[in-house]
Amino acid sequence: MATGIELEINGKRYPVSYPPDTPLLYVLRDELGLTGTKYGCGEGMCGACTVLINGTARRSCQISVSAAVSRAIVTIEGLEKNGALHPVQQAFLDAGAFQCAYCTSGMIMGSVSLLQSNPNPSKEQIVRSLQGNLCRCGTHPRIIEAVQQAAGKMRERVK
Amino acid sequence: MHKFALGRRDFFKLFGAGMAVFAVARDVSAMQETAPTPHGYHSAELPKEIGAWLHIGEDGTVTGFVGKAEIGQNVRTSLAQTIADELGVSFASVRMVLGDTALTPFDAGTFGSRTTATMTPQLRKVAAAARDLLLEKAAKQWDVPADKLVAGDGKIADPASGKSLRYAELAREDLGEHKPPAQDPIKPASQWTIAGQPVPKTDALDFVTGRHRYSTDLRPEGMLYGKVLRPPSFGATLIAYDDLAAKALKDVVLVHDGDFVGVAAPTVAAAQAALAAVRVQWKEVPQISDQEIFLYLKKNAQPSKEERFRQTKGSVADGLAAAAHTLDANYAVSYIAHAPLEPRAAVAQWTGGKLTVWMGTQRPFAVRDDLADVFRVPEKSVRVIVPDTGSAYGGKHTSDAGLEAARLARAAGGRPVKLVWTREEEFTWAYFRPAGFIEIKSGIAADGKLTAWEFHNYHSGMSGIETPYVVANQHTEYHQVPLVLRSGSYRGLAATANHFARETHMDSLAQTASMDPLEFRLKNLSDARMRAVLEAGATAFGWPRKKTGDGQGFGVAAGYEKGSYVATFAEIAVDHKAKTVVLKRLVEAFECGAIVNPDGLRNQVVGAMIQGLGGALFEAIQFQNGRITNNHFSSYRVPRFRDVPEIEAILLDRKDIPSAGAGETPIMAIAPSIGNAFYDATKVRLTSLPLQPELHLPGEKTPSPS
Repeated sequence: MATGIELEINGKRYPVSYPPDTPLLYVLRDELGLTGTKYGCGEGMCGACTVLINGTARRSCQISVSAAVSRAIVTIEGLEKNGALHPVQQAFLDAGAFQCAYCTSGMIMGSVSLLQSNPNPSKEQIVRSLQGNLCRCGTHPRIIEAVQQAAGKMRERVK
Repeated sequence: MHKFALGRRDFFKLFGAGMAVFAVARDVSAMQETAPTPHGYHSAELPKEIGAWLHIGEDGTVTGFVGKAEIGQNVRTSLAQTIADELGVSFASVRMVLGDTALTPFDAGTFGSRTTATMTPQLRKVAAAARDLLLEKAAKQWDVPADKLVAGDGKIADPASGKSLRYAELAREDLGEHKPPAQDPIKPASQWTIAGQPVPKTDALDFVTGRHRYSTDLRPEGMLYGKVLRPPSFGATLIAYDDLAAKALKDVVLVHDGDFVGVAAPTVAAAQAALAAVRVQWKEVPQISDQEIFLYLKKNAQPSKEERFRQTKGSVADGLAAAAHTLDANYAVSYIAHAPLEPRAAVAQWTGGKLTVWMGTQRPFAVRDDLADVFRVPEKSVRVIVPDTGSAYGGKHTSDAGLEAARLARAAGGRPVKLVWTREEEFTWAYFRPAGFIEIKSGIAADGKLTAWEFHNYHSGMSGIETPYVVANQHTEYHQVPLVLRSGSYRGLAATANHFARETHMDSLAQTASMDPLEFRLKNLSDARMRAVLEAGATAFGWPRKKTGDGQGFGVAAGYEKGSYVATFAEIAVDHKAKTVVLKRLVEAFECGAIVNPDGLRNQVVGAMIQGLGGALFEAIQFQNGRITNNHFSSYRVPRFRDVPEIEAILLDRKDIPSAGAGETPIMAIAPSIGNAFYDATKVRLTSLPLQPELHLPGEKTPSPS
C-alpha cells in the first residue's frame, strides 16, 4: 500500500507506506526501524522522540508524515559522520550524562539543535532549551555539563 | 528452588570450551516489600538463594552470569569491575550476562538495594575460586607449589622461572563444573585495583548512538503490534462484548478471554482501529477518591497478630510522664507514580510449546513463573530475557505487559507480538507508591534528650520505620490497610514516608527544645556512621549558616536504611510578594561502605536527590471514582531541568565496611530537609507530601490533609 510519499532522513530517501497523518515517530520506529528515536509519551511532553527537522529540534510524535515531507530529517542514527561521533554525543559519553539512557537520544538531539542556533549558551539557556526533555533518572547536572563541554569543543573546532 | 535450566553441555556449547565456576549462596535478608496482590503488597518472603556463575573462555573472555537486571543503576559495569578485580583480568575482558532465565542463575529480583550487597561478595567468591583453580593447574604443569605463583593481568606467572601462562590457555579444555570452597578469602577493599575506580558505563557508545535495543525497540521478523482494551475504571468487569465489526477487519488477531480483550495487528494504527471496533459494556464499582484517602487509611487499619509489625522497648507512658515537653503530630504522604521513561513493554513469541518473552522487568524469574502458571506450561518452557531497561525505580516488578503480550502471541500463530504501554496506561494500570498516614507521639527531657517515641504507620510500609535515635521508651507499629489503589515497591519503599514523618517531627522537637536542629539530632544519636554523614554534610553545607536575606531557610534531615547512611541539607528561598518558593541548594552526604564505582555511585545519588524532590514538592496521583485524573505528563508534574537546584553529593568511602547498595537510601531525607528549610524560612510546619510549599505560605488558607 504505497502512498508515494518519500521522506529524507539522515541524507537518505525512504519510501513510506504508513498513512500521511501518522505521526513521524511511528514511521521512524515501526516502519523504518530507526528505533534510536524513543516513545515516551506520544504527547510532546517528554522529549524522548526529539529529531531535527530542517536543523531544528521537533517532537516527532507531534508532526505528521505529510508535514515532514521535503524536509531534512535527522535522527540520532544520522549524527555520526564518517564513523566519528558528533561532538555532542562525545560530550555525553565523556560526562557520563546518562543512567538508563532512554532519554539520551532526545537530549542529544535537543542539544545539537540548541548549539546550532547558539554556539555559546549560558546555563539558563541550556535549561530553557531542554526544559521539555524529561530525564527520570535525575542526570540533569551532567547533561548540562555535557552540553557546555560540547559547546566548548565545537567553538574550538570552528576557530 | 535453584534450577540450572541450562545443561552443562549446552552451557559450554553456547559459551565455548573453558572453565566454569558455579556458586549458590543464601541471602540472609531477602524479606522484601514487593509485587502487589489483591490483598496487599507487603513483605513477601522471597527465595533466599543467590547464584553467580563465571566462565573463562578459550579466547580469554570472561563472562559473569547474574540474574539481576540493568535498569540504569549501572550494575552491568560495577559487577564486571568486581569480577575483573578479583580474578586479575582487564575490565575490558569481562562481560556480563544479566537477567535471562535460560542463561543466568535464579534471582528473586533487582530491588531492595541488594545487587551490590549480595552480588559483590558472591562474584568475588567465584572469581577467587577460578583464580585458585588456575593457580593449581599452572602449579601442576610446572611442578612448583601454587603459593610460589602469582595471578594477575590475565595470567599465572612463576617469578622464579620467569614462565607464564595465560588464563585462556589454562582454562582451555577444562570443561569442569567447579564449585568454590566454603572458605576462600577475597580481596579486601583496600587492595582493590579495578573495583573502586570510576570506570565508565559499559556499552555507553550504544546509548549515545541510539543503537541499544530496549524491549520497546525490538522488531523480530513478522512481529505484530498488540493493544489491550482497558476498563473505564479500576475493578470494572465486562458485561457485554460484540466483536462482529472487529472480526471483519483483515490481518487482525482478536482475543477475548474473561475480562481481557486485546488485539494484535501488523501496525499500531491497525491494532487501535480493531480495538475501537470492539463494542463492550463494563460494570463499574464505587471507589475511594483522593479527598478521603487519609481518613480512610486511618479508619480501615486491620489488626494484625504479626509480631514483626510491632516493636516495643521500655514504656512509652513512663517516657511521656518523665518528659519536660511532649509533642503529638500526624503526617501524610500521597500516592506517587514511578513514571519510568521507557514504559512497561514486552515482546512475546511462542515457538512450538515454548514461550520467549523480552521484557523490561526487575524480576525476570518471577515473570517466568507467572507466565508458566497462567499458560499452564512447565517453567523450563518459558524464557524471559531482560534487555537493559529504560529505568524502573521499583515500578517494574509485575508481569502485566509480559502476560498480555504472551496472551496475544498465543493467538498469533507463532508470530511475535510486541505490546508497549502508552503513557496513559503507565500512569493508570501500573501500580503506585502507596499513600500513608503516620502518627507520632514523643517526649523530650529539659536537656533535649528523647524520653519517649511512639510511631504508627498506616498502609505505606515498614522500611525505615525504626528510629536511629536513642530512646529508652519506644513503640513503633505498622498497620496494614487493604489496597485502595494498586500499590507496590518504589525506590526506597516506605523509608521516604517514615523519614519524612520522623525527621520533620525531630525538627519540631528541636524547636520545642530551643536547640539547633543538627545539634539536637547529634545529641540523640550514638551511631557513629550516622554522625559521620551529618558532620560531613554540615561541613560542606556550612551549617549552621547565618541568614543573608529575607525568606532564606535551611533544613537538615538524616537516616539510615539497607546498610547505608544519608544526611541531606537544603536551602530554600521564599518570596512572600511573588508567592514563590525556590529550592536553591541540596547538599547530601552518603555512605554505603566501600565504593565499587564512584562515578556510577555519584549518578545514583544525585539522581535519587533529583527524583526525590519531585515527590517532596509536587508529585501526587489524583483519583476519582476508580480513575486516575492526572494520567499524563501534562498533569502529573515530574522534576525538569528548571526544578534542579545547585547540588552537591559527598560520598564517604569506607573501605573497612562491606559495600551496600545505593539506589534507594539517597532519596529518603530529601523531603524532610526541604520541609524543615521551609519551616526555618516561614515558621510554617508542613506535614504532608507533596509539600507544595507555595500553597502554604503564611496568610494562605489551605487545609492540611492531616
